[in-house]
Amino acid sequence: MWDHLSVMTVKQLFTSYPYATDFFSSLPNLQQSEESSVAAYFAAIEEDTLQDLGIGRQELLDQFLSFMLQMEKLKEDKVKIESITIIGGRDKQGKVEDIELTIHAGEIVCIVGPTGSGKSRLLADIEWVAQHDTPTNRKILINGQLPDMRCRFSVEHKLVAQLSQNMNFIMDLSVEEFVSMHAESRMLENIEEVTSHIIAKANELAGEQFNPDTPVTSLSGGQSRALMIADTAYLSSSPIVLIDEIENAGIDRQNALRLLIDKQKIVLMATHDPILALMGDKRIVIKNGGISKVIETSEKERENLILLTQIDRKMLAIREVLRSGGRINEIPVELEEII
Amino acid sequence: MQLITVAGPPSAGKTSVMLKIIETLQEETLKVGVIKFDCLSTQDQILYQKKGIEAKIGLSGNLCPDHFFVSNVQDCLTWSQKNNLDMLITESAGLCNRCSPHIRDVMAVCVIDNLSGVNTPRKVGPMLKLADIVIITKGDIVSQAEREVFAFRVKQANPSAIIVHVNGITGQGAREVGQLFKGAQGVDSLTDYHLRFSMPAATCSYCLGQTRIGQNFQMGNVRKMDLS
Repeated sequence: MWDHLSVMTVKQLFTSYPYATDFFSSLPNLQQSEESSVAAYFAAIEEDTLQDLGIGRQELLDQFLSFMLQMEKLKEDKVKIESITIIGGRDKQGKVEDIELTIHAGEIVCIVGPTGSGKSRLLADIEWVAQHDTPTNRKILINGQLPDMRCRFSVEHKLVAQLSQNMNFIMDLSVEEFVSMHAESRMLENIEEVTSHIIAKANELAGEQFNPDTPVTSLSGGQSRALMIADTAYLSSSPIVLIDEIENAGIDRQNALRLLIDKQKIVLMATHDPILALMGDKRIVIKNGGISKVIETSEKERENLILLTQIDRKMLAIREVLRSGGRINEIPVELEEII
Repeated sequence: MQLITVAGPPSAGKTSVMLKIIETLQEETLKVGVIKFDCLSTQDQILYQKKGIEAKIGLSGNLCPDHFFVSNVQDCLTWSQKNNLDMLITESAGLCNRCSPHIRDVMAVCVIDNLSGVNTPRKVGPMLKLADIVIITKGDIVSQAEREVFAFRVKQANPSAIIVHVNGITGQGAREVGQLFKGAQGVDSLTDYHLRFSMPAATCSYCLGQTRIGQNFQMGNVRKMDLS
């Protein structure tokens, strides 16, 4: 690779590999050296400058090459993940976890169980692609096979994207700048198009509209969640999305989940909200650190989901009355019946 | 004896993460000790000792913490050999971003947190760029997008490092890093080992206690800013 890169001028390098500018951004004198060859550029960096940068010349060259190789690798297509399989291990008491569960792309599986029951451990096992080498002794297969174990530590092959109620945006950027920054890090070519598409989708999910130039830090809870979900659906490289509750405020949860499964994500959702739980195809019940059973959402439950959703809408309507300064004198008859 | 040098900016979560990692190693009956390097004061040894971890502190006071570290690290190793430890972890705060406590052929870890902002990986010197393992913390409070961009920037700054996310509160990811630690090369003595990179130089009149300001009092290794 060096033979090929070293003879290019710095300018040519930037034209052929735009991301290379990132590497040079912390190095000195770019303007003057654009016409010199890459090799000449590195040779011309003064010893004092290297000392200040905290790196030796050979190390800098090695880092440059390894940077270029890694960035090229990011562009390669990855193995598409169609399913994950959880093969049971043992619970905290050593009892055998008699289970083999395969989850396919586009499926939603909920995880229920009290705090400390082992939900996080299950998710960690999936993320680590456990091979009988975790406390639960579980084994995880990808596409029905033993996966390439390099995915454990590779940033670009990270299996699990996470989304939880505690997460916030902390960057001082507008929505548009934020999304396009993420798109850039995925080395996409049609950044503008993807960005505006994601913002439009997020706005469909959010109860209240926001603009591309709204700072991400001033989005409401619902808007933030909507943007996080739309962004994860389109831009996250991870095939599995792990959700820890989605609060029922300012976001269309049903469509948010649909967006993720339309993008062929595997959705795992830890929740105690009956509406979210019934939106799943299955739910895993965790007890004592082990999977105690897997419940498939029944027809009856699906019917009840419709009912629960109606009740939920009514609750939201009452909330809206409260929000706009009204009185809550009328409770819908259906709700009274339940009480 | 295994030795691991851990460095990272202040408040990145080094101690929390180490506590979680060491817990998983203790489950495997490994005897792990920690020496915490700090500048003015620290109570962190109590946190370690509460978990039954042998811990010592080294305060650099008015010396450069990195220089203090390297003059003491062999003694630390001897201490842990005397205490029959299987593994010694040295923990030091990188205060100037130019710090470089990492030693060739000794496993080097950098801890850095998501809250420090996506431009930070570019600003941190050898502490991050020459580390073997980069642990990213506080991923539970920022968005997935920010985590991905941050990890990408860390990868750009140190393409060959293993990058892992560890949650210092729940311990998610700690066990996995513990397994990596177990693979650290053994060390009997650090004599004749080399630092991975030279430490920041500081030999000027102010190092020797000068307090007055002005041209006449600046001597030794002095550099002037270009304000033109």
